[in-house]
Amino acid sequence: MKTVSSLLNPEWHARYKRIAKLNIRSSIYDVTNKCNLRCKGCFFFSSDEHKVASEENDIHKWEHFIDKEKQRGVNLAILIGGEPTLYLDRVEAFYRQLPTFCATNGLIKVPRDRFPGMMVGISLWGDEADEKVLRGKDTFRISSRNYQGDPHTYYLYTITPKQIGKIERIIKKIKDVGLKVHMQLLSNDEGVDGFSWTPEELEAVCKEMDDVLDRYPETVVSCKYYHQVITTGMMLGREFGWQECPSVTKPMDHRDPQPKRLIEFIRWASDLNTMHRCCTSETRDCSTCKDGAAHMSWVMVNKRAHMRSSRDLQNWIEVYEMFAKLYQFIPW
Amino acid sequence: MLAATETADIIRRVSEVLIDELKLEDVSPESFDPDIDLVDEVGIDSMDLATVALVLQDEYGIRIDEDDYPKLTTVRFIAEYIHNKRP
Ligand code: SF4
Ligand code: SF4
Repeated sequence: MKTVSSLLNPEWHARYKRIAKLNIRSSIYDVTNKCNLRCKGCFFFSSDEHKVASEENDIHKWEHFIDKEKQRGVNLAILIGGEPTLYLDRVEAFYRQLPTFCATNGLIKVPRDRFPGMMVGISLWGDEADEKVLRGKDTFRISSRNYQGDPHTYYLYTITPKQIGKIERIIKKIKDVGLKVHMQLLSNDEGVDGFSWTPEELEAVCKEMDDVLDRYPETVVSCKYYHQVITTGMMLGREFGWQECPSVTKPMDHRDPQPKRLIEFIRWASDLNTMHRCCTSETRDCSTCKDGAAHMSWVMVNKRAHMRSSRDLQNWIEVYEMFAKLYQFIPW
Repeated sequence: MLAATETADIIRRVSEVLIDELKLEDVSPESFDPDIDLVDEVGIDSMDLATVALVLQDEYGIRIDEDDYPKLTTVRFIAEYIHNKRP
């Protein structure tokens, strides 16, 4: 039987032990159906998820709900929306009870006196030109002013095919404002012209992501195996898709056979009652899904499959560490 | 401490369930080290443990509380836990 120590030298084994017992149990919460932007390709609005449930306005009901989530074993609340910062009282209700991550477009600054250690992930969809086409404005100009140098904030940079050849410039901009960045790929849910990936583009973007990781290791929170998995949709010879996806809401998961999946994962709508199918769009085609968190989780839940060789297990460790850093389970 | 034969029986069965459910290769219930750390060395995760716990719960008529998972780090600890909980 292959054991962890037979595959890893003491240094890697120590890294393994630091994360192996973290037992992260995340769920995702739509804090609101409203947003102060309307981005083209935003899965939330393009698939009408903002209409499936009317949001709960009573803060006591949110508090009660969060209590129940905690009892259910959730130990990481990932807040999305809409734009969570439009309802800071709801964000605060989570933050008081659970380790909390807040996704935001960065236009409103989370007040650090109320949320001193909360991890904030600011969405960024490319350079000034792409942001104007897809989001109607250059959000970086505003978000970077709001969060410059903040140690608990990073950019969640969604790379589009139009960004090939331009990624380094964005990374530099982020480095210059003293923030970190994690990269993911656009899933072109709305079919915006010119924003769907070709195989050649995926290959090129993978190389470019590797390159910026090598050059800016202090700024880029990522790893090469993640780049490989997300651009090829393949892991250990298996193909990503509905049958493999770990990010499916548990009570709605009737797959047979059941793949390895995130324990107790649910993505809740803002009425605190309705559930969404998975961590991203209900209507997205799983065969072209590029969701970063789902791919990361896919690697993470398949630890023993990575015990084929030292390199495979090291790859697993790097992906798990990346996730643990992004959600503050271990330091940067 | 468990009576020697009973310990051996439960340990053997827990090893067998682990090997079968998790499809562990190149190991038999006889050769499985009951003191090897299941997370740090065998590489199992909490979902694996939940799968194994489900089978053992049914078989021994006990409830394995999820809050107790962090204590169940070796086959021997699982066997002792089962022994202590058994009606
Ligand atoms: S800022 Fe986020 S939630 Fe708002 S429209 Fe854009 S992608 Fe959607
Ligand atoms: S759309 Fe993506 S995240 Fe959702 S179930 Fe399909 S593969 Fe998983």
